[in-house]
Amino acid sequence: MEALARELPAEHTDKGEGVGEITHLSPVVVSNAVRVSGLSKSFGDGAVDVFRDVSFSVPEGQAVALIGANGAGKSTLLRCCLRLVEPDCGEITINGQNISRQSGRALRNSRARVGFVFQKHNLAPRLSVLSNVCHGGLAQGRGLRAWSHRVAGKVEREHALHCLDQVGLSDLAARRADHLSGGQSQRVAIARALMQQPDVLFADEPVASLDPQAGEDIMELFRHLNRDRNLTFVFVSHQLEHALAYSDRILGLKDKGLVLDASSSTHCVSSLRGLYG
Amino acid sequence: MAEKSSSAALPIRFEAPSPVRAGAFALFLGFFLWSLVGAGISISDLISGLPNMGVIALEMMPPATDRFSPMLMSVLVTFQMALVGTVVGVLISVPLAVLAARNLTPHPAIYVVVRGGVSFLRTVPDLAWALFFVASVGLGPFAGTLTLIVDTIGFCARFFAENMEEVDPGPAEALSAMGARRLDVVVCGVLPGALPAIINTSLFALEKAVRSSVVLGLVGAGGIGAELAVSMEMFRYDQAAMIVLMIFVLVLGVERFSSVARGRFISGDEG
Repeated sequence: MEALARELPAEHTDKGEGVGEITHLSPVVVSNAVRVSGLSKSFGDGAVDVFRDVSFSVPEGQAVALIGANGAGKSTLLRCCLRLVEPDCGEITINGQNISRQSGRALRNSRARVGFVFQKHNLAPRLSVLSNVCHGGLAQGRGLRAWSHRVAGKVEREHALHCLDQVGLSDLAARRADHLSGGQSQRVAIARALMQQPDVLFADEPVASLDPQAGEDIMELFRHLNRDRNLTFVFVSHQLEHALAYSDRILGLKDKGLVLDASSSTHCVSSLRGLYG
Repeated sequence: MAEKSSSAALPIRFEAPSPVRAGAFALFLGFFLWSLVGAGISISDLISGLPNMGVIALEMMPPATDRFSPMLMSVLVTFQMALVGTVVGVLISVPLAVLAARNLTPHPAIYVVVRGGVSFLRTVPDLAWALFFVASVGLGPFAGTLTLIVDTIGFCARFFAENMEEVDPGPAEALSAMGARRLDVVVCGVLPGALPAIINTSLFALEKAVRSSVVLGLVGAGGIGAELAVSMEMFRYDQAAMIVLMIFVLVLGVERFSSVARGRFISGDEG
């Protein structure tokens, strides 16, 4: 655990300097897609701290895995980044927009270019796969035209079909979303996120409920999107193999704080087990 | 030792009621017996009334067909009142339910006001509403339809709100995360999940409205109920029998339709 703690950055800057070994990995100066500073969250009016004073930055196009034991606050931290859960204090900047104090339309606009894939796909039941993908257009304020594929315009339909094609499910466009397998549902959720044309993609344990092969397929899809589209990708995972294989960098949460921030190439499964002790 | 502890963990087969529970039960039993008196239950009256029941039943046979056409028109009006009352009531109930659902209401004060209003509509009996509307807009089906609208709102808005509260919050959270507006979240994230329950409740509301609309006619709010009241007052039990038969067919038809529609909607393709 001490070895992990030594890798903690001395400070965090917009350029990602001093963030463990990331500086060596990315000598080219790139701007940060996500910047979190001094973030704290507790439940029960401060009675139970989830995490305290968490800070990190994610440069554009980087894939980052967030790991930690159950209850370490990974999912809460990810949700706090989009203010789906309100943090107690701290600053969150996404795509250059400080969303910490935003509300209403400004917050919606900031969220619009951030995809979020949940562990449970969270598709609208009863609606078709294509309608669910069209819902991604709600982020662009398309309103009624994004409610269902039946009322969507030609452009929206074609864009939705293109997103479905990217996840390999264009042949299931007409099927009801609640008639899909877990892996198919997760792909549709990813297609819905792609419909947003996101710059950043968050994923909260996206393959936790899938069988190993389906999980690998989904993670490969994320890797493809991250590399080919330069999509910034932050994901929570309990599977250390996935965290190592599909990320450039690993953040570890333990004891209510960020105790690891290191390149995934410098770690192996056994060296990360300390986070779960 | 192990056996002792495992048997101690088992629930007791029969537990003597506590004095409070026994007292509450005794109180309930006493009130029930008193209620039997209050309800005018009389075995002797029932026995002496049996021959009258037989006479009336005989006079009902065969059901009269001399006023079949006007009766059929009244049944049709009854169904039209029920249909319009239910559809308009359901349409008004949906937005009210959004305001009255804890997870969707824009403000807690709005939640309290709308819930209170809906409870008021529901707790006032439909006959009282019918008398109010007959006095306000006059005799006829319009008063009945207004009554059914109010009755449907009181019934549906509450259940729709509860359906929306019980729906899986995941889809709504996903849409909020992508920056969707509140209206979009309700339409695309909440309603699809609540739709089977909403359709189910609406169909029950239609069945309820058909039965209510028969009774409303008795106080002048239009429909077949008025015909039934006149027949009974004129001692034309054969006509009354025909009306009861028609009501039976109508209610059965509506129940059959709603049963089939319920199955179709719930297992069907995207709505």
